[in-house]
Amino acid sequence: MATTAAEPTRRDFLYLATGAVGAIGVAAVLWPFISQMNPDADTIAQGAPVDFDLTPVAEGQIVKLFWRGKLIFVRNRTPAEVKAAEDVNLASLIDPQADSARVKKGHANWLVVYGNCTHLGCVPLGNEGPYNGWVCPCHGSVFDTSGRVRVGPAPTNLPVPPYEFVSDTKIKIG
Amino acid sequence: MKRLTFIRAALAAVVMAASPAAFAAGTAPQPPSMSWSWSGPFGQYDATQLQRGFKVFREVCAACHSAEYLAFRNLSQPGGPEFSAAQVKALAEEYKVKAGPNDQGEMYERPARPADHWPSPFPNREAATAANGGAYPPDLSVMAKARTYERGFPWFVFDIFTQFQEQGPDYLAALLKGYTDPPAGVTVPAGKYYNTYFPGHIIAMPSPLNDGAIEYPKGADGRPQAPETVAQYAKDVTAFMMWMAEPKLEQRKELGLKVMIFLLVFAGLLYFTKKKIWSKVEGDAHGPAF
Amino acid sequence: MSGHSTYVPKSAVGKWFESRLPIMGLIHSSFVVFPNPRNLNYLWTFGGILAFMLVSQILTGVVLAMHYTPHVDFAFSSVEKIMRDVNYGWLLRYLHANGASMFFIAVYVHIFRGLYYGSYKAPREILWILGVIIFLLMMATAFMGYVLPWGQMSFWGATVITNLFSAFPIVGESIVTWLWGGYSVANPTLNRFFSLHYLMPFMIAGVVVLHIWALHVPGSNNPAGVEKQTAKDTLPFHPYFTVKDAFALVCFIIMFSWFVFYTPNYLGHADNYIPANPAVTPAHIVPEWYFLPFYAILRAVPDKLGGVLLMFGAIAVLVFLPWLDTSKVKSAKYRPLFRQFFWVFAIVCVLLGWVGAKPAEGGYILLARVLTAYYFAHFLIILPLLGLFETPRKVPASIAEAVLGKGGSANAMAAGAHAEPNTKG
Repeated sequence: MATTAAEPTRRDFLYLATGAVGAIGVAAVLWPFISQMNPDADTIAQGAPVDFDLTPVAEGQIVKLFWRGKLIFVRNRTPAEVKAAEDVNLASLIDPQADSARVKKGHANWLVVYGNCTHLGCVPLGNEGPYNGWVCPCHGSVFDTSGRVRVGPAPTNLPVPPYEFVSDTKIKIG
Repeated sequence: MKRLTFIRAALAAVVMAASPAAFAAGTAPQPPSMSWSWSGPFGQYDATQLQRGFKVFREVCAACHSAEYLAFRNLSQPGGPEFSAAQVKALAEEYKVKAGPNDQGEMYERPARPADHWPSPFPNREAATAANGGAYPPDLSVMAKARTYERGFPWFVFDIFTQFQEQGPDYLAALLKGYTDPPAGVTVPAGKYYNTYFPGHIIAMPSPLNDGAIEYPKGADGRPQAPETVAQYAKDVTAFMMWMAEPKLEQRKELGLKVMIFLLVFAGLLYFTKKKIWSKVEGDAHGPAF
Repeated sequence: MSGHSTYVPKSAVGKWFESRLPIMGLIHSSFVVFPNPRNLNYLWTFGGILAFMLVSQILTGVVLAMHYTPHVDFAFSSVEKIMRDVNYGWLLRYLHANGASMFFIAVYVHIFRGLYYGSYKAPREILWILGVIIFLLMMATAFMGYVLPWGQMSFWGATVITNLFSAFPIVGESIVTWLWGGYSVANPTLNRFFSLHYLMPFMIAGVVVLHIWALHVPGSNNPAGVEKQTAKDTLPFHPYFTVKDAFALVCFIIMFSWFVFYTPNYLGHADNYIPANPAVTPAHIVPEWYFLPFYAILRAVPDKLGGVLLMFGAIAVLVFLPWLDTSKVKSAKYRPLFRQFFWVFAIVCVLLGWVGAKPAEGGYILLARVLTAYYFAHFLIILPLLGLFETPRKVPASIAEAVLGKGGSANAMAAGAHAEPNTKG
């Protein structure tokens, strides 16, 4: 608690040191109050990778699942949808990205993307719109069968979560 | 002089009023005070002891008792038994937990993951009570903090300064070792047992531990790292229960040391600042007059 | 918190703001230049310590409420989750739980300081009564807070204390049912206790503002018990009392930290780590230590209604204290007889606390009755008579005289202390 006396000569070392130590103390006390709002140990542990069985997902079907509380679309694309996704002039895209970069090699029919619009987080409706991908009901963003944004206001494609194929019919998300 | 007397009186008032109001364990004798690795301001858990204690808990206690606040992942966190993450994962997979409902609306079992909590041996309290002769085996996750005995005056005053707070573990360890034949004239009902330290002495839990019943990990010389005796089992499993009840004890004491050092330095600086500021004031203004 | 300020903002923005909302001037006149009696001892730092404890309890409480679930099925486990999983959750909960005890330690020192130095006497009667209201609100808040973890002591404490109201004839049962929101202490009770536990600290804060307002009209009492008269009697609040309060506060926090980090469960009950069970009452149910003297008074009377009335009366009598104490002299320093009775009274209160923790049987009941009788006799008989029969010692003419000896030393003051002129009435 350094004194706020007018003359700077009185702000000698002792006052400065006391004030500085006090300030450090206040700052240190703040940390637990801030840190407690971060995900707790249980939430972090629950976010471990999860397995998902692809067998029940029919061709052309989109299923929704959750990982870490986030919505994920798993879409078993028809050959026509795959072809539509691959035959796109990348230069015409808002967020250019090849379809091959968004699926796993050898599993081109499986598209796994996060299910929240990259604009403000609404859930786009599947199998809709001019590209037969998704259309967001909130602000009209349009996505194609690769989950790429074709009409704004969404700025980026639906992101692909970290996942891998454990076997031909099973993926591990996370 | 007078000031000192006042401070002493005030301190005594605070201390007296701060009686922990521990409740008597009936007519049972006081459990002997044991030495525990985590007592005192610098006390920490002994991870190898906790690992042995976990073995006892798993092979004996967990057959009847639940531990609902224990998650598998806790077993690898710092300040605990500190098993490796891989060991915990493998351990968890040995257990099944209920999950679901699945797409068909059915519950199913799956291997446990580290994030899961310790599965209870019975589906609910009523089932546990029925299977144990009408006595519910209490949950053990906070047991070491949920039991105590009365320390009495003046010990409860000294305890503030010595930081003695191991009544719970002392009681639990004594209880586990406290099975004896009833004294003459005391009849123990069928299905009940006599325990020196249990309040009222008649306990529904049979003596859970026997010499040599649990195999301890071997040391380099091929001998168990601790004696395979009831006394050692009781001590180790009590240590494990204490950790389950207070898993953040090590973090607490580590932070506490830093906080104390900081506060003492800060108090010292403030003392001199105060003295300096008040030095300009004439008269006995800083010496309080009681 | 009263009168006009001499504060003049330096910057143009400051002047613009101050002419519209003179809050800086208010702070300046209340906590910077406010003239405090120069002879305040360390017992006067507990007001600041209490303000700190209130803020500390509100901050940790708001944060704990982010993780706590007020439902009978989840309350206990959400508290355990705070202790195990939430980042620094163990620290925040232990701060909050032990903070309640620290709050009461500080408030008891504060109250007994007031009793010793006659701080309740004119012109501070309203200030004192506001303090009694704060004390009552604190007790209600602490009681409801202790119910929230939903352990055995929570549940049975709630049952026993709410059942006190059943002592009232005719309406008693209806009041208790109304408090519970059911036919027993159950989920609706827990829910409303949580809501009220969150509300009441802010009510306390409101009354604290009034308390400080009422304090700043006459200013603090002081060990000499004579009012400040001239600038010689006072020193500006800042830096003299800010630094003194700060030093005392940090010493208090050292004690607080000792409990939080090293013996966090010492002041609690082991039984509260057992989840609430309506079918089993703990062998000895006792309230938290700070309620023990009142609990002893409650149990001292064989009659249910009588015990309840006496217990509330033990606090209500404090409201009338300014008029029960008939002595014109404030400070016990100049009241030789009162001083001795004060210490007897203090010991009686401590003994009441001790008896409150003991089982209500045999000699303890007898002792509780004697002590209870003395407690009331102190206020209702001793204090009124003492003022009539006691011959006080000579009271100094001024604070400066009390500190500096006869006549004071005006030039030393003026040269040394930079005492601001007494700008406040």
